[in-house]
Amino acid sequence: MRTGTVYTETVIYSAPEAFAKDVPYQTAIVSLEDGGSATGRVTARIMGDRVAIGDHVVEVEPGEARAPQMAGVPFFRKV
Amino acid sequence: MSPGVEVCNLFGSPTPELCCILLIFRHMRSVAVIGAGKTPFGIFADRDLRSLAVEAGEKCLRNGNVTPGQIESFYLGNFAGPAFVGQNHLAPYVSTALGIRDVPATRVEAACASSGSAFFHAWAEVASGVYDVVMVVGVEKMTSRTTGQVNQILAEAGDCSGEMLAGNTFASLFAMIARRHMYEFGTKKEHLSSVAVKNHANGALNPDAQMRKVITLEQAMNGKPIADPLNLYDCSLISDGAAAVVLAPYDRAREFTDKPVRILGIAQASDYVALDQKADITTFPAVRRASEKAYAMAGVTPRDIQFAELHDCFTIAEIIACEDLGFAPRGEGGPYAFEGHTARTGERPINTSGGLKSKGHPVGATGVAQICDLVLQIRCQAGERQIPRHSLGLAENLGGSGATCVVSILGEV
Repeated sequence: MRTGTVYTETVIYSAPEAFAKDVPYQTAIVSLEDGGSATGRVTARIMGDRVAIGDHVVEVEPGEARAPQMAGVPFFRKV
Repeated sequence: MSPGVEVCNLFGSPTPELCCILLIFRHMRSVAVIGAGKTPFGIFADRDLRSLAVEAGEKCLRNGNVTPGQIESFYLGNFAGPAFVGQNHLAPYVSTALGIRDVPATRVEAACASSGSAFFHAWAEVASGVYDVVMVVGVEKMTSRTTGQVNQILAEAGDCSGEMLAGNTFASLFAMIARRHMYEFGTKKEHLSSVAVKNHANGALNPDAQMRKVITLEQAMNGKPIADPLNLYDCSLISDGAAAVVLAPYDRAREFTDKPVRILGIAQASDYVALDQKADITTFPAVRRASEKAYAMAGVTPRDIQFAELHDCFTIAEIIACEDLGFAPRGEGGPYAFEGHTARTGERPINTSGGLKSKGHPVGATGVAQICDLVLQIRCQAGERQIPRHSLGLAENLGGSGATCVVSILGEV
């Protein structure tokens, strides 16, 4: 799985209709170790799992957390 | 020495590209805004898109003493009429309702810079001599949708195959920009909030503003969270409204009005739509590129600009615009706002209209509304919010998270 560093992040409280049930959730732009950047979700079942700029993260397999309309969206977790 | 270099040296502009622009601009006709008009911005349950556009258009024609039959080309700036109100083919839909027949009627879409871009293309048409009298209307009718639906429709101005699939909103994109700006430059939450306090204070004096309410710094810092670090008070409004201007060659302007306002410099620039494709999200290259060209055309420097209408879709956007336009050094836009330099009584008043934050932000109307607000100040017709130094103003209209920018410099000379 890809690894990287959090370039920036936010926690969203007011969502588009399609994601309203997920609120609040965190998104981040991750600078990938192998080059380039990716925008993804941060997996966090508890607040402590949230990430900050500079944190190292690894891509995870989100399972059911990835709704069908989110095909291709990477999910990251703090290392 | 080539003539280009001479022109260049005259304005102290270094790049060959700018030299070319200056040479081209010297062969273009000077263009003036001869009429301007807009609707109030707000939530108008009983008004449809066309009636708003027609109200602004008729006010504008009256203001410029222009008849519908004199309009030779018509532009409509609109972001998402099809999604918001289920109507497409909007340019002739509006122009014919204004009594403008037969002429080219063209819709321009560039997210929140839709009518700024329409204004740029109308200017080019007059400057190049294709037509003389050209009208631009900007309109958006947003409030017939729920906030969730509006978020969804606005999100389509981002990259829907990437960043938006993750659940981002426009607020969250600008929240990520704010986070990075805070991390790199020490920008503080109170800096962001001070922009909201200032723009609300200005909007309270604008009879056409949607939210005429003075707020305190404490209120602004403790609004309902939207996307950290942005709260409700950092976000512009969801609005209905329209704005219109008519352009003509400066040489013919006095056939219509004794108060023409000259377009001294104008440029549009573009950049990536997706935020994660940019090397640095704390600056908007399109704003830098467009303003460099506009300054060069006008033969002015940032220091000369007396007041401005900037695209404060979110408080952080006004702070970064001040840096990219050269009003404040890079990274210092936060303190620049917080210390009062941009207040109505400061050295360079910004958003005396109340900005998108307080005046309202009917997306497709915003670019032309900014031009109308510059015209009001330059003509000394801004009422209670009139500022004393009002002869040279700048408007910056930003689309998406910086993929389109139009910068216009207007003056009374």
